[in-house]
Amino acid sequence: MANVPEDLHYSKDHEWVRVDGDQAIIGITDYAQNSLGDVVYVELPKAGEEFAANEAFGSVESVKAVSEVFTPVAGAIVNINEALADEPEIVNSDPYGNGWMIRVKMSNPGEVDSLLTAAEYEDFTKAESE
Amino acid sequence: MLESIGLASAEELFDSIPSDLLLKRPLNTPAALSEIELLNRFEQMGARNAGARRTSFLGGGAYSHYIPTIVDHILSRSEFFTAYTPYQPEISQGTLQTIFEFQTLVCQLTGMEVANASMYDGSTALAEAVLMAERVTKRSKVIASSAGHPQYLEVVRTYVQHAGIHLELAQFDEKTGQSSKSLADAVDDQTAALVVQSPNFFGCIEDLAALADAAHAKGALLVVAITEAMSLGLLKSPGACGADIVLAEGQSFGVPLSFGGPYVGLFATREKYARQIPGRLVGEAYDKNGRRGFVLTLATREQHIRREKATSNICTNEGLIALAATVYLETMGRRGIQEVAHQCAQKAAYARKAIGSLNGYSLPFSAASFNEFVVRGPGNAAELLARVAKEKQIDAGIALSRFMSDRPNDFLVCVTEINSREQIDALVEGLKTA
Amino acid sequence: MTSGITKVTTHVSPNEQLIFERSQTGRIGYRLPALDVDEVALDIPAEFRRDDDLEGMPEVSEVDVIRHFVRMSTWNYSIDLGMYPLGSCTMKYNSRLNERVARIAGFANLHPLTNEEDAQGALEVIYELQQHLAEITGLPGISLQPAAGAHGEMTGIMIIRAFLDNRDGAAASHRRTMLIPDSAHGTNPASAHLSGFSVKTIKSTAEGVTDLEHLRELCSHGDVAGLMLTNPNTLGLFERNIKQICDIVHEAGGLVYMDGANMNALVGVARPGDMGVDVIHLNLHKTFSTPHGGGGPGSGPCCCTKELEQFLPVPRIVKSAESTFTLDYNQPRSIGRVKAFFGNYGMMLRALSYTLTHGNDGLREATEAAVLNARYVAAGLVENYEKPFSGPPMHEVVFTDKRQSRKGVHTLDIAKRLIDYGFHPMTIYFPLIVQGAMLIEPTESVGRQELDQFIAAMNSIASEALENPELVLNAPHDTRIGRLDEAAAARKPVLRWKPRE
Repeated sequence: MANVPEDLHYSKDHEWVRVDGDQAIIGITDYAQNSLGDVVYVELPKAGEEFAANEAFGSVESVKAVSEVFTPVAGAIVNINEALADEPEIVNSDPYGNGWMIRVKMSNPGEVDSLLTAAEYEDFTKAESE
Repeated sequence: MLESIGLASAEELFDSIPSDLLLKRPLNTPAALSEIELLNRFEQMGARNAGARRTSFLGGGAYSHYIPTIVDHILSRSEFFTAYTPYQPEISQGTLQTIFEFQTLVCQLTGMEVANASMYDGSTALAEAVLMAERVTKRSKVIASSAGHPQYLEVVRTYVQHAGIHLELAQFDEKTGQSSKSLADAVDDQTAALVVQSPNFFGCIEDLAALADAAHAKGALLVVAITEAMSLGLLKSPGACGADIVLAEGQSFGVPLSFGGPYVGLFATREKYARQIPGRLVGEAYDKNGRRGFVLTLATREQHIRREKATSNICTNEGLIALAATVYLETMGRRGIQEVAHQCAQKAAYARKAIGSLNGYSLPFSAASFNEFVVRGPGNAAELLARVAKEKQIDAGIALSRFMSDRPNDFLVCVTEINSREQIDALVEGLKTA
Repeated sequence: MTSGITKVTTHVSPNEQLIFERSQTGRIGYRLPALDVDEVALDIPAEFRRDDDLEGMPEVSEVDVIRHFVRMSTWNYSIDLGMYPLGSCTMKYNSRLNERVARIAGFANLHPLTNEEDAQGALEVIYELQQHLAEITGLPGISLQPAAGAHGEMTGIMIIRAFLDNRDGAAASHRRTMLIPDSAHGTNPASAHLSGFSVKTIKSTAEGVTDLEHLRELCSHGDVAGLMLTNPNTLGLFERNIKQICDIVHEAGGLVYMDGANMNALVGVARPGDMGVDVIHLNLHKTFSTPHGGGGPGSGPCCCTKELEQFLPVPRIVKSAESTFTLDYNQPRSIGRVKAFFGNYGMMLRALSYTLTHGNDGLREATEAAVLNARYVAAGLVENYEKPFSGPPMHEVVFTDKRQSRKGVHTLDIAKRLIDYGFHPMTIYFPLIVQGAMLIEPTESVGRQELDQFIAAMNSIASEALENPELVLNAPHDTRIGRLDEAAAARKPVLRWKPRE
């Protein structure tokens, strides 16, 4: 059973959002890291780059697959998780904590309200795996 | 067998094909030949290729070097030539380890940090290098030397025509035969890469270090192409000169001329661009008992995973030909490659001096060369060469008029370690009296 | 007196190192004739000369080289050893006669820039092979220049682009969509992208063939440049509606490209040109038996209709009324060269030898045997493995691991366990639209005995998956090395040997 923390927001592309004032910390969910398998490389943008909601900001690679990752909210990159360059496997072991990917200054903080709650995301993933 | 799967005749195997699409006559191709008849047929066709029997001084992208006997012997082992791509590493370690050695040898020769498992040939490797430069720099202008192999430049044009890349040519200097200066002058901050061949199509050695500096000063890459890979046994490696991507035609390393193919493209770059490199890569890996093995890796760059966002559409490499090059390089080794290169350069210098002293002949380009050089003859080069071929059974060179209409009397001569002094003297004599 | 031998160790051969680890300074494996011209000071400036003495390159003797490669060769599976049931790869017998033909000196020693008059035999080979392939495909235009399937595919898609640009002029810029089935090989979208097309995916029906309604819908927007398909498709099923499919695309103003990877089901039986296909690429290293060589060389001829001929790469090989062969460069609408010289000529020699050895009857028989063998295997496995599509498979058949995965055993495990039974695994996880796909293509080069052994092995593994799954999950057990940690290899790639510091 995949882990789905209550206090986060979720997208249908399997990203999570943790709100911190007008900033958002974003990563991929436990369900996503489990589907991908052992992560070998994470491609992240540079600080200052801007993205629209649902735009791809990077990608996650396993041995046999690569997936784009999308930001559920619009904004500019404040900073990225540098630790993933040397240890991409943290995404597998701690997807909601040390496996975070980007921190974004939201251009429209209200956007988080249209994201899925933990319960809604859990239902969504259950439906997907059938 | 048909019975066991419930069919009455072979025709029924094709029931799912609409009958109006089924061929109702035999193919209009020849009936089967026995082995004896077949060999006769091919021997007869082979005998009509007079060019294969003559003493040759032909270069221009394909080179006559000696191939040690053991190369073909090893290639002919069933386990190498009838093996498939090594997707199942546990039963493909032979192929995988030889490719790992190949990648290492290419790095050592080119002076670069990472090399792939090979490309189709030098010309397509160049096209892929141009595409890679655009990916890495995100700039769309590429400036190439006009002294590159004309067919290589044609291939690049074909590849970039719909890729949003703008290809410009920088003209070579009529006196020296080099294009280093015009390339260095042309680079700007919109340039993705400078592309230079060295030794170039005229055999002239280009100033790679100066070009690397000029390119880097504007944030551009230096792409170096090499058609005569044996030159790496004598000339400073492009990596040591500051090149960012190096590609070469590897045919000089143990691969027969075979009328143009199959050949093998060498492709190498810096470590920081490893994830942008096209083609297959073999890496070291360990099993759970700590035993070292080798495996295809970084496959996520490739088409079967990234599909339209792949670094290239390439699937096949030139496995068996890369193996030939590997066997050749390991047989000749550190000393042998340098000695072959040394002999090529010395014999070419001998030929160049002798021809240059002939009445009516001159050497139009002043730059230093390795084993190819341009000669200007007293009259139409194509006719001259045809006469020498017919009368002396010597292919003295390649008429440049085949590629450029403004050089009717020029031809390209190549000398390698297999050309004896007698042959070179006969060449000089042949040109004198033609 | 004791002999002094106190310990038995294994011979070096299972643990053959890298050549660099075997290198010993001063060893040589060659001898050149002495330099026979007077040595002079070369006019190459010092700063252009190599100064590292090729440090790190190996120094070994000829015996070292032979043992090195022969030992490594023993670690490889190969067609000469046994069947490769790899779907989509057509691993048929690589004839030794073809190898002999390729080594005939009149071809092997011929320089590609030899004048036409002195290479007539070489040009005749190209011309004749072109004739055979044109007859087999039903498409008269042909270029043998592409060096591999993906290369031929790129060539074919560029020809489509050139045709549309020529026909529609500026309006062609609206036609930039290439339709590709969800079951397609990854080279298809990659090749489309290289020609400046964007890709839209067509769905397959529950029966595994192209969804005509979806095709009609996608073709109704006026932006379709063409359709890329494989027939039989990557599920081994013949697209019955191929004529209709081609009509729909043609009516919408597009062209149809066929990936010829599965021609082994069609040679001598049906022709793509008769189906309405406009351009196709062939794989000489699949259908025409040229050897895979551990990953190449290949050869990917591109064949097309008369209308598209003018766009083919140059030079074209032409036969005059006097039966001489010449090179025609005068094709102003050609897409240009896709490779230096003529293509992978050595593979053309082998392919021509193949077609002449089989003869027209033999080519058809090979196709019949290929399809029969695949059907036989399908019938033998259907009890223990789930076959997702009921249509009769052509030369290859696909199964899914649905039954086994319920017990925790997946396609990868089954593939690795098959190695212990002495077989190379089938194609796995392709096509992507089948869960845990196992794509099996025996080819015609397998006798009934070996097919029965393969079927028995697969059925045995199915039982093991139920009764003793650990055996399958930890396979292979009998190889020199076990499953490698590919994740670690991809995280910190080591792509070359380096001397110890």
